[in-house]
Amino acid sequence: MKLNELKKGKKGIIESVSGRGALRRRLLDLGLTPNTEVTVRKVAPLGDPIEISLRGYELTIRKDEASVVKVREVI
Amino acid sequence: MGRFNANIALAGNPNSGLTTLYNQMTDGLQHQGIFSTPRNKTKEGPVKNHRGVNVIELPGMYSLSEYTVDDMSNREVLLRGKPDVIINIVDATNFERNLYLTLQLMELDIPMVLALNMMDEVYSNDMDIDIEKLSEILTIPVLPISAAKNRGIHDLIHYALEAAESKQVPTDIDFCKGHVHTAIHSISHILEEPARTAGLPLRFCATKIVEGDRPILKDLKLDDDDMSIINDIIRDMEHHMGTDREAAMADMRYSFVEDVCAKVVTRAVHTTIQHDRAIKIDRILTHRVFAIPIFLCIMIFIFWLTFGSLGRWLSDWLSVGVQWVIGKIGEGLITAGASNEVYSLVINGVCAGVGSVISFLPIIAVLFFCLSILEDSGYMPRVAFVMDKLLEKIGLSGRSIVPMLIGFGCSVPAIMATRSLPSKRDRHLTITLIPFMSCSAKLPLYAMITAAFFPHNGTLVMAGLYFTGIFVSIICALLFNRTLFKGDPVPFVMVLPPYRVPAAKSVALRVWENVRGFIKKAFTVIFIATIVIWFLQSFSPGLTMVSNPSNSILAAIGKFVSPVFAPLGFGDWRAATALITGLSAKEAVVSTMAVLTKATSGMTLSQMLSQMFTPLSAYCFLTFCLLYMPCVATLATVRREMGGWKYAFGTVIFQTGVAWIVSFIIFRIGGLFI
Repeated sequence: MKLNELKKGKKGIIESVSGRGALRRRLLDLGLTPNTEVTVRKVAPLGDPIEISLRGYELTIRKDEASVVKVREVI
Repeated sequence: MGRFNANIALAGNPNSGLTTLYNQMTDGLQHQGIFSTPRNKTKEGPVKNHRGVNVIELPGMYSLSEYTVDDMSNREVLLRGKPDVIINIVDATNFERNLYLTLQLMELDIPMVLALNMMDEVYSNDMDIDIEKLSEILTIPVLPISAAKNRGIHDLIHYALEAAESKQVPTDIDFCKGHVHTAIHSISHILEEPARTAGLPLRFCATKIVEGDRPILKDLKLDDDDMSIINDIIRDMEHHMGTDREAAMADMRYSFVEDVCAKVVTRAVHTTIQHDRAIKIDRILTHRVFAIPIFLCIMIFIFWLTFGSLGRWLSDWLSVGVQWVIGKIGEGLITAGASNEVYSLVINGVCAGVGSVISFLPIIAVLFFCLSILEDSGYMPRVAFVMDKLLEKIGLSGRSIVPMLIGFGCSVPAIMATRSLPSKRDRHLTITLIPFMSCSAKLPLYAMITAAFFPHNGTLVMAGLYFTGIFVSIICALLFNRTLFKGDPVPFVMVLPPYRVPAAKSVALRVWENVRGFIKKAFTVIFIATIVIWFLQSFSPGLTMVSNPSNSILAAIGKFVSPVFAPLGFGDWRAATALITGLSAKEAVVSTMAVLTKATSGMTLSQMLSQMFTPLSAYCFLTFCLLYMPCVATLATVRREMGGWKYAFGTVIFQTGVAWIVSFIIFRIGGLFI
């Protein structure tokens, strides 16, 4: 599933980051690499963007941009 | 240690304490230096107690990738500027992400020292970092510091200078395994010659080429044979790894960092106090329902402080002082027997000009005091998170909301506040839109006209004006998105840092920096403009001083351009003249109207107004004032922030054009109903 489909409060393991250019580079640089665990913490009041946490810090990302990240939900 | 000249580059992640460390190492101010160009925002200054030593603060970065303007200009400074040593500041409470950058900085063949910042927080969390082991792994000195508490900084500078003097560069560490390692190794061999010719560090070139970095590829000027070999190596690597080059490299670097963490970091619990606290505060500040009301309340409070209480109090006192000085100067001139012309020049020209610059200072000081607190506490990124959706639709991000809202107070600090935006595109687009937010200087004019024409619907008319401004800015943003500011919007992927108590010193310095910057850059422009307006107002076309303002050059210009406004319903030359004086400050529109009315007829202003305008044309006049060219202080700021007069002139033409068109539409459509 895609990162933006992960429900609030759920955990996932990153499988891959697709897309290209600046967005992909930025995501990789911030540590969204395969096998990294991410948690969806919050959805902004207006429904977008979302707040995720990984590697001990918080990151905000628009749903549209999060859709390039493939994750496997951890139950 | 003897006298030694050195340039220290300060590099690290955003929010790792860069500015705090810079402020501790120097007097905190920015100085003109060899690394500063209009394009990059590096801060540079002499290090305290070390003559001949300079430190350059590079804007916070996460990586040395090619994609953002800031990262690229940082790279430029590091590769071309050749600092003698890098101090890499690392947030010890957020070790993993910070070390990712460290690995890249180490490839630059520049002596380097690692400053482990916020070590006090590490200890208070029952965490520990084995500094010796870390230094051993990275082959560079590692110093624990607390920038906020000014601890460990003396040693840090000492070690940095020692590293600079010994020219000891970090050893290449093998963070890669297997196929990536082989690829980097093989490519290094090919690049040896080209890298030397291009004057670039070999290891950096090799890893960047593996990543597929285009600017480096261009700089190296590789021939076709080398290119095809490199492409083969990469293809081979990608094939074996089952992933592409970019992901492979990022993965390798992070895997190595995770490994280092496992070796040197010991922690009792998984999170930190600061992290838990941030999550708790966020439960309220980014709450689904309360977030937006809280944000609006904070903005209203800031407005009240700036334009209502504290700021007004400061302005009042300042203007009492200024008036007193002007009075003294006036007396002095009269006793000295100065001629009419000289008296008028000094009092109405020079003093008015200086006074208008001074009148901005309390606003800038108070506003930047508040903004620095929002920024340093970590609340600003939350605002961006909460408000992003609204601005995404017009091609901006949540980060533009605060500058835009400040525009309702005054465009000058609003435009200055765009400096915190991460991309040039966002910055320019936001600056273009800010003047459409109706500023507080236009209020007296609105009040005067609405009192005369819409005594019962004043609020409605005012609201209409504010919404017209917002509406026009949205239309312009949508228009510009697809044309002028096409480029890719920078992805809105933003780190939410933990909340921190802002340091008094850095807040004070930021206020001072902005006040000083405004005086330095805007003073001349505003001053000259005021004198020019004074001249046009006080002299006739025959260059004799006029007692009746309707005989002035300005009035002549007003008469000349007034037909332009006839299609908008207000062809009267006095209206046109008043609009021109609005260039010096928007309040001047009202005073000019009053002066001209008094001079040309015996009527009171409101009687005169009802002759000049119908309610419809009065509304069009207001709309025009709302949208047309901004005041000269704003133009000076636009020039400074966007880097050129062409942008300021562009703003004048663009906004006046938009104002004319919108007023014309309102006048014509309104005419159908009335």
